[in-house]
Amino acid sequence: MTLVYTGICSHAPGITARADMADPALRDPFYAALERQRQEILATRPDALMIVAAEHFANFFMNSMPAYAIGMGDSYSGPIEDPDWLKIPPRIAKGDPDLGRRLVAEMLQTVDVSYCEEWQFDHGIIVPLHFLDPGNEMTIIPANINCQGPPLTPLHRAWAFGEAIRRAADSVPERIALVCTGGISHWPATPDSGKINEAWDRDFLDRWAANDRDRLLAYSDAETYRDAGQGGFEIRTFIAAAAAARGNGEVQFFAPIPIFAVGCTVGRMEII
Amino acid sequence: MSLYQLSKLLYVLNRDDEAKRQWREDPAALVDGFPLTGEERQAVLGHDIGLLYVLGVNGQILMHFAALCGIAWADYLRLMREGVQTYGPVRAGLYAMTTQFDERVAGI
Repeated sequence: MTLVYTGICSHAPGITARADMADPALRDPFYAALERQRQEILATRPDALMIVAAEHFANFFMNSMPAYAIGMGDSYSGPIEDPDWLKIPPRIAKGDPDLGRRLVAEMLQTVDVSYCEEWQFDHGIIVPLHFLDPGNEMTIIPANINCQGPPLTPLHRAWAFGEAIRRAADSVPERIALVCTGGISHWPATPDSGKINEAWDRDFLDRWAANDRDRLLAYSDAETYRDAGQGGFEIRTFIAAAAAARGNGEVQFFAPIPIFAVGCTVGRMEII
Repeated sequence: MSLYQLSKLLYVLNRDDEAKRQWREDPAALVDGFPLTGEERQAVLGHDIGLLYVLGVNGQILMHFAALCGIAWADYLRLMREGVQTYGPVRAGLYAMTTQFDERVAGI
């Protein structure tokens, strides 16, 4: 058993870019929950942190769009956004090509993934890292699920992707921490930015915390788009976390923060 | 209509330092490297966020183009709304507007 931690968190760029526009009474407890997540990850003494993200046309575009991608680069740069806009300084994160290659090789037994020796982190990965690895000390294995450009991978394949992560993590001697990052309902970067369907989010998080596979996979994309916006497609990352950990989830923080454009979420999952 | 090429241009501009340099020095030359319609070309060169939004440019690309043009967040949201008022509903893609013109869902 070398999957040592599984958690979820939000990654919206506003979390850092528009920090000064948020109500501190909402913002600061969210930041505190991320700090607690950092400490919990650290306590599991991981050799590498895999971050499953839903990136936003930073590396992957419609010229050649993989449903799933895993990084096996030596290092990764980011943020790809203007650092002054995102308010996160540039960093070169450490990768592990050998570990990445072994993880990919095992995952390919059941899921087809692209692999990447080049990857520039966008806010989907660098915002979580800003809080979870502020000293830029961890070894990072980035992963991506296409949640931007339809046709999108079906939810049951996101589940299979999570299962493959678990199997791959358990097949290597390294201790792997897993953080899956996405939004629940949100309409980011549209005029509707800040709209949040809190009831839908809470219902989704109930399904997630119960690790109820059938109910997690019951959404059609049309329903998600209608009720949770185009940002809601990112539930794929949280679904992958549930498949990887197999246990129950604990939502450690949830609060809609409209200026951050998402219901801000931090959670962890029991690994069984 | 060449939404893919329009989006590709903004994607490249968002991620490539050389393209950013060209954008600063000779934006028309950069834009002419992509087969755009006259309307699309004018929207980019005119920093017309509202029209780019209505044409269907994905917001994840558009918001960074807006930042590159020095447009603050509240203005970015406003310009998209004004674009819909001026040019009509979003013509393609997933990033349609679902709220009313006078709503301020972000609180700004």
